[in-house]
Amino acid sequence: MIRIENVSFARGGTEILRDVSLELPSGGVTAIVGPNGAGKSTLLSLIGRLQPLQAGRITVGGHAVDSTPGAELAKVLAILRQDNGVASRLRVRELVAFGRFPHSRGRLSNEDRAHVAASLAAFGLDAFAERFVETLSGGQRQRALIAMAFCQDTPCLLLDEPLNNLDMFHARDLMRRLRAAADERGRTVVAVLHDINHAAAYADRIVAMKDGRVVADGPPAELMTPETLERVFGHRIRVTTIDGRPVALHHL
Amino acid sequence: MTAIAARLTRPGFAAGGALALLFVVSLVVGVGDVSLSRLTHDPEAWRLVFASRLPRTLAAVLAGAGLAVAGLVMQALARNRFVEPTTAGTDQSAAAGVLLMTLLWPSSSLPVKTAGAAAAALAGTSVFLAVAHRLPPNQPFLVPLFGLIYGAVLGSAAMFVAWQADLIQFFEIWTRGEFSGVLRGRYELLWLSAAMVALAWWAADRLTILSLGRDVSIGLGLDYQAMMRLGLVIVSVVSALTVVVVGMIPFVGLVAPNLVTRALGDDLRRAAPWTAFVGAALTLGCDILGRIVRYPYEIPVGTILGAVGAALFLWLLFGRRA
Ligand SMILES: Nc1ncnc2c1ncn2[C@@H]1O[C@H](COP(=O)(O)OP(=O)(O)O)[C@@H](O)[C@H]1O
Ligand SMILES: [Mg+2]
Repeated sequence: MIRIENVSFARGGTEILRDVSLELPSGGVTAIVGPNGAGKSTLLSLIGRLQPLQAGRITVGGHAVDSTPGAELAKVLAILRQDNGVASRLRVRELVAFGRFPHSRGRLSNEDRAHVAASLAAFGLDAFAERFVETLSGGQRQRALIAMAFCQDTPCLLLDEPLNNLDMFHARDLMRRLRAAADERGRTVVAVLHDINHAAAYADRIVAMKDGRVVADGPPAELMTPETLERVFGHRIRVTTIDGRPVALHHL
Repeated sequence: MTAIAARLTRPGFAAGGALALLFVVSLVVGVGDVSLSRLTHDPEAWRLVFASRLPRTLAAVLAGAGLAVAGLVMQALARNRFVEPTTAGTDQSAAAGVLLMTLLWPSSSLPVKTAGAAAAALAGTSVFLAVAHRLPPNQPFLVPLFGLIYGAVLGSAAMFVAWQADLIQFFEIWTRGEFSGVLRGRYELLWLSAAMVALAWWAADRLTILSLGRDVSIGLGLDYQAMMRLGLVIVSVVSALTVVVVGMIPFVGLVAPNLVTRALGDDLRRAAPWTAFVGAALTLGCDILGRIVRYPYEIPVGTILGAVGAALFLWLLFGRRA
C-alpha cells in the first residue's frame, strides 16, 4: 500500500534521510520509533507530500505522492503533523468537519455529518463540540486534530506522535481505535510513537530509525530485545514479558 | 433547527434594519438641505440626492464592506488577527502604484490607474506575507509590528517620490480617506469591491482551511499556492479600489473582523457576511458622524475612524476577555 523506494533527503547540507526503502502492505498498524532527530517526522511528511521529494520515490495506494493531484491524494491519505500550531477560533465541530473537505468540498452531506458526529463521539469530544479550539487544553486539542484526521476517512492514516499531550486513558483509547481501524476497516495506519510499549502492544510491525536510516524492522516480539533497543536508543533496556507480551522497562 | 434559524435571522433583520436606517440618514444629512419635507415637492433636492448623496452613501457601504472583508481575508492569509491592509503595506503599495501610474502615464484612465495600484498592492502584500510566514508563530505581535514598519517605510518612500515630483496634493488624496468628493461617475468602480466580497464568500471554506496553515491545507488537498494567490487578489483589489477612489480608510479592516470573529468564530462562511455588514455600518456611521460633528464643516471619515476605530480596538484588546 505504501511503498518507499530509495528516499534520501537533505536540508542545508545535512542528510536527514539516507536511502530509506520500506514497503507497508495494506491494512495494519505500523509504529515508527527512534531517538529525537532520527528523521521520523521528515519521512512521514514526505509520505504525506508536505515536503517535496528530493531523491527516490513514494507511492501510496499506487499514487505517486509527488505527481498525483493534491485533491485526489487527500482522499487516499490523511496526515497529522507533530506540531501544527492550530489554535484557531473555530468550533471543534467545525474543525472536525473540515476533515470531510476532500469529499464534501464544503457542502456537507448527511453522510459527511454522520462521519463528523461519529468522530466527535469516538474521541470524547461531544462535550467540547461547540467550544473554540483555542480554548481547549493541549490534550483536548490533540484529540480534536486526531478526530479531524479520522474524519477524512482515508485508507491510509499517518500520525506523527499522536499520543502527545494525551493522558493515559486517552492514549490507550487512541491505540485501541487505531487497532480497530486496521482490523475492522482494513485501514493502513502509520504512527510515530515515543512509547515503545504502546508500539509493542498495538502495532503489527515496528520500524526503528536512527540517523536517517531504518536500523530495525519487524514484529514487536522480534524487535523488543535489549540488544536491538540498545542499538536504536543508545542505552541498555531491560525487557520482560507480561501476559506473553514484551514490555520494555525503559524508565529504569 | 427552527430555533437556530430564528437565532440566526433575528440579528440578521436587526443588522439589516440598522444599516437601512443609516443609509436613509446618510441621504438626508449634510450641507445642502434635503430634508424629507423638501423632497416631497422640490426636484432640486432629488437631484442632490442622486448626484451626490446616494453615490456617497453607496461608496461608504461598498468601501466599508470591502475593507472589512479584505481585513478578514488578510488575517486568514497571515494567520494573525492584528494585521490589516492599511497597516501592513498593502495600501501603501497601492498608493505607490497609483503614484507611479500618474508619473509614467499621466493620461491613463481611473480603471487603468486602479489596475496599476492593484498590481503594486499584490507585490507589496506578497512580500509582507512571505516575511510574516517566516516569523516565529509563538510571538504573534511580531507580525503586525513588522507590518507597521514595512508599511511606514513603503509609505515614506512613496511620499518622498510624490514630494520630488510635486504630486504631494494627489498623494494626500490617496492616503486620506474621504467621501465628500464622491460623486456620480466617480464611485462606480467600487462595485468591484462588492464582487471581491462575493469572491471571498464563494471561497470561504478554502480560505478558512488556509488559516489553519500550510500543512493542514495540503493535507486536505487544497492547492495552497493558488488559494494564497486568490486571497491576495481579493485583498489587493479592494485596497487599490479604496485608495484610488476614496483614499486610505484605517481600522475598518482590523476592527470589523475582530468584532465578528470574537463572537462567531473564524469560520469565514459564517463570519464573512457579518464582517461585511459591520464594516459597512461602521464606515457609513463614521462618515455621517464626520458630517455632523462640526456642521457645516466636514471631518474626513479617515480621521473619525482613526479615533472611533482605535477606541473600539482598545476595547477589544482590554475591555472584554472572551
Ligand atoms: N527545517 C529544517 N531545517 C534543518 N534541519 C531540519 C529541519 N527539520 C528537521 N531538521 C533536522 O532533521 C533531523 C530529523 O528531524 P525530524 O525528522 O523532525 O526527526 P524526528 O521526528 O525523528 O525527531 C533533525 O536532526 C533535525 O534537526
Ligand atoms: Mg518528530
